[in-house]
Amino acid sequence: MSMTDPIAVFRMEAAELFEQIESGLLDLTHRLDDKDQIDAVFRGLHTLKGSGAMFGFDALAAFTHHCETAFDRVRKGEKPATSELIAAVLAAQDHMRALVDRPTDDHGNIGDILLSQLQRAVEGDAPVTAPAQTVPMEPVVKAAKSATNTWRIRFSLPVNSMVNGTNPLGLLDELRDLGECRIAVNTSAVPSLDVLVPTDLHLSWDVTVTTDQPRSAIDDVFIFVLDDMQLDVETLADSSGTASAEQTFQAEQPAPVAQAVAAIIPAVSAAPVPAPAVEREAPSANDARQAKAAENVRVPAERLDELMDRVGELVIAQSRLRQLAGSSMDLQLRSVSEEIERLSGELRDTMMVLRMVPVGSLFGRFRRLVHDLARETGKVIELVTEGETTEVDKTVIERLADPLVHLVRNSIDHGLETPEERRAAGKDEAGKIMLSARQAGGEVIITIKDDGRGIDRERVRAKAESSGLIQPGAVLADQDLLQLIFAPGFSTAAQVTNLSGRGVGMDVVKKTVETLRGAIDITSLAGQGSDVSLRIPLTLAIIDGLLVRVGTGRYVIPLSAVEECLELSLEEDLRSRGRSFISLRDSLVPFLRLRDLFRTGTKPDPHQKVVVISTGTERVGMVVDQIIGDHQTVIKSMSKLHHDVATFSGATILGDGSVALILDVAHLVAAGQQQEAQVRAAG
Amino acid sequence: MTARILTVDDSASIRLTTKVTLSSAGYEIIEAVNGADGLEKAKSGQFDLIVTDLNMPVMDGLTMIEELRKLPAHTGVPIIFLTTESDADLKARAKAAGATGWLTKPFDPETLVKIVRKVLGR
Repeated sequence: MSMTDPIAVFRMEAAELFEQIESGLLDLTHRLDDKDQIDAVFRGLHTLKGSGAMFGFDALAAFTHHCETAFDRVRKGEKPATSELIAAVLAAQDHMRALVDRPTDDHGNIGDILLSQLQRAVEGDAPVTAPAQTVPMEPVVKAAKSATNTWRIRFSLPVNSMVNGTNPLGLLDELRDLGECRIAVNTSAVPSLDVLVPTDLHLSWDVTVTTDQPRSAIDDVFIFVLDDMQLDVETLADSSGTASAEQTFQAEQPAPVAQAVAAIIPAVSAAPVPAPAVEREAPSANDARQAKAAENVRVPAERLDELMDRVGELVIAQSRLRQLAGSSMDLQLRSVSEEIERLSGELRDTMMVLRMVPVGSLFGRFRRLVHDLARETGKVIELVTEGETTEVDKTVIERLADPLVHLVRNSIDHGLETPEERRAAGKDEAGKIMLSARQAGGEVIITIKDDGRGIDRERVRAKAESSGLIQPGAVLADQDLLQLIFAPGFSTAAQVTNLSGRGVGMDVVKKTVETLRGAIDITSLAGQGSDVSLRIPLTLAIIDGLLVRVGTGRYVIPLSAVEECLELSLEEDLRSRGRSFISLRDSLVPFLRLRDLFRTGTKPDPHQKVVVISTGTERVGMVVDQIIGDHQTVIKSMSKLHHDVATFSGATILGDGSVALILDVAHLVAAGQQQEAQVRAAG
Repeated sequence: MTARILTVDDSASIRLTTKVTLSSAGYEIIEAVNGADGLEKAKSGQFDLIVTDLNMPVMDGLTMIEELRKLPAHTGVPIIFLTTESDADLKARAKAAGATGWLTKPFDPETLVKIVRKVLGR
């Protein structure tokens, strides 16, 4: 996508407008009389119509025009905003999106159906509103315009008007467009031919026009010359008195006027086409929005990705430089290398911030989803969001959108009960869905929580057994049992509803989260609801890592997960042989000997080190041979051959060109905890 | 015949918006990036309308207009200022320099088209 493609620019603008309209409409569902939101929605529709027409989206412009008209009546207080109207406009908005996305498709008569729905929604409330508000559209429109009037307009323009580009013929044409018009020209001021400067204007006009337009329409005709010209406008009579207007002065035919002017000034176009009346100079409605947009620079996401790649390459090159400088005695080289290291670190941090977007932009779209699902299922749902300002890498946000939609649908479909069921269970009729985001270490945790019936473990087990996912009677930890809902081919939906069972299984959710190097935790209490947490790394591209050595291999541990490093004393080392935890300031921490895990054949270093890593709740120590130091790690994904190696989450290239594997913290912590559990069970 | 419009603005986004707006309305658009560039292009071609910014590097819009109006070929060519300035004195100076009309930024594309149609009279 190029920023020089106006259609792309329009599509971006349209996407923003849709968000503005939708969020306004959804706010309105809570406060139907919110004037600001009504205005915001109207402005959004208006701008969409205007820009749509500008970029050739004619179907969109025409369709949006009707919605705008309907909403204009709400804005003017002629019609109240109702939830039916809002639903109708929301539905219409979906059609607008389609018209933006696929302007050339045949959309059938969807538009007409939606418009008639809209019409019903606007008119449907007639009986309950006050009589003043049920006044039909037409009279109101007429009332807004001034009654038909006959105006006498006498004007002369500055002598240099034509030099400065004003075409008197155009002005006369505009006056003609206002209504029935008679024009007389006064040539008395034209000098004799020998002194006549052909580009000077010495004519004046006397015009009578009968129009239903207000006086301001006349001023609009002269908008650019108003300050410098002589203009005398008086009202002669209403339409019934047109006759008297004709008596007032002798009118000439317009045609000779045009010929006369054209003869004097050949340069002036003699073939004017009727020009429309000019509206306001610059509608204030758009000012605020455009001003706000000007504060931001829009950059296509691909460019950020490109920049990210470059920064990644730079970081790798920088670490090679550091290595060279480190082995050199050249102090100047070392100082330059340090400077570049600092700069590339800062560049990397800035780059990260550029890519971060608040998760609120993701949550926003769930309001609509929940609104629609509530109508569809007849359930009463309250959506609560929390931590919208938490920032996450843009790519992560985009990739998470679909899984989250699926999880929210799932919660609403399977988790939340109907109002009757909830009443029977002694709960509040309205089911609650809570979406929250928070940052913990190098991860962002997004939680979807409902206060529904909870996951029925027996049904999960029965289903898993019947579909062959587990052996009948198999002993499973609770978390493992719950995780079965993410297994491919698993669905507890008794029947395929519109909400769930659309073919996109929960397994896709899990797969997506895993490709983001994230994990899913589920907790669920019968009768009290479920809580699904997605733990996702803040960024996908570059991390601060701790470089360690185990045997001859080098590995990177994400620094954000490292709690502390300590030396494993010989005494402790011996004491812990055969055990799987060490004492760390009065608490026991399970640990893994990476030498054992990686089956390292070399002789261990005499002083082993322990790196304590944590996932926020659990921690585990890892015994390594050497701690080399911190390392800016550009994450490269593992090849397809290795993608199912659970211990590593990726690889990186070191300064000397060799490869270091990145340890998967979540996996190792889980392994450590599991080992501890086994030892405890055995001991 | 398609009317040819010269748009002069140092902001690429304004040029793009103006170009998109006016070419969708059926006009042929030539762009210039400042007053000097505008003057150069205006001299080398025939235009039905010039839409120009006021504050620009190298040569501002006022100077460009003054220079243009000195040229017989550009007497009578409508020139519209498209500017963020709405100061009355500045408008007066613009008029004195030979401007036909003005439109304040940010502008509504619809309004720009209407103004252009009005000034071109076609």
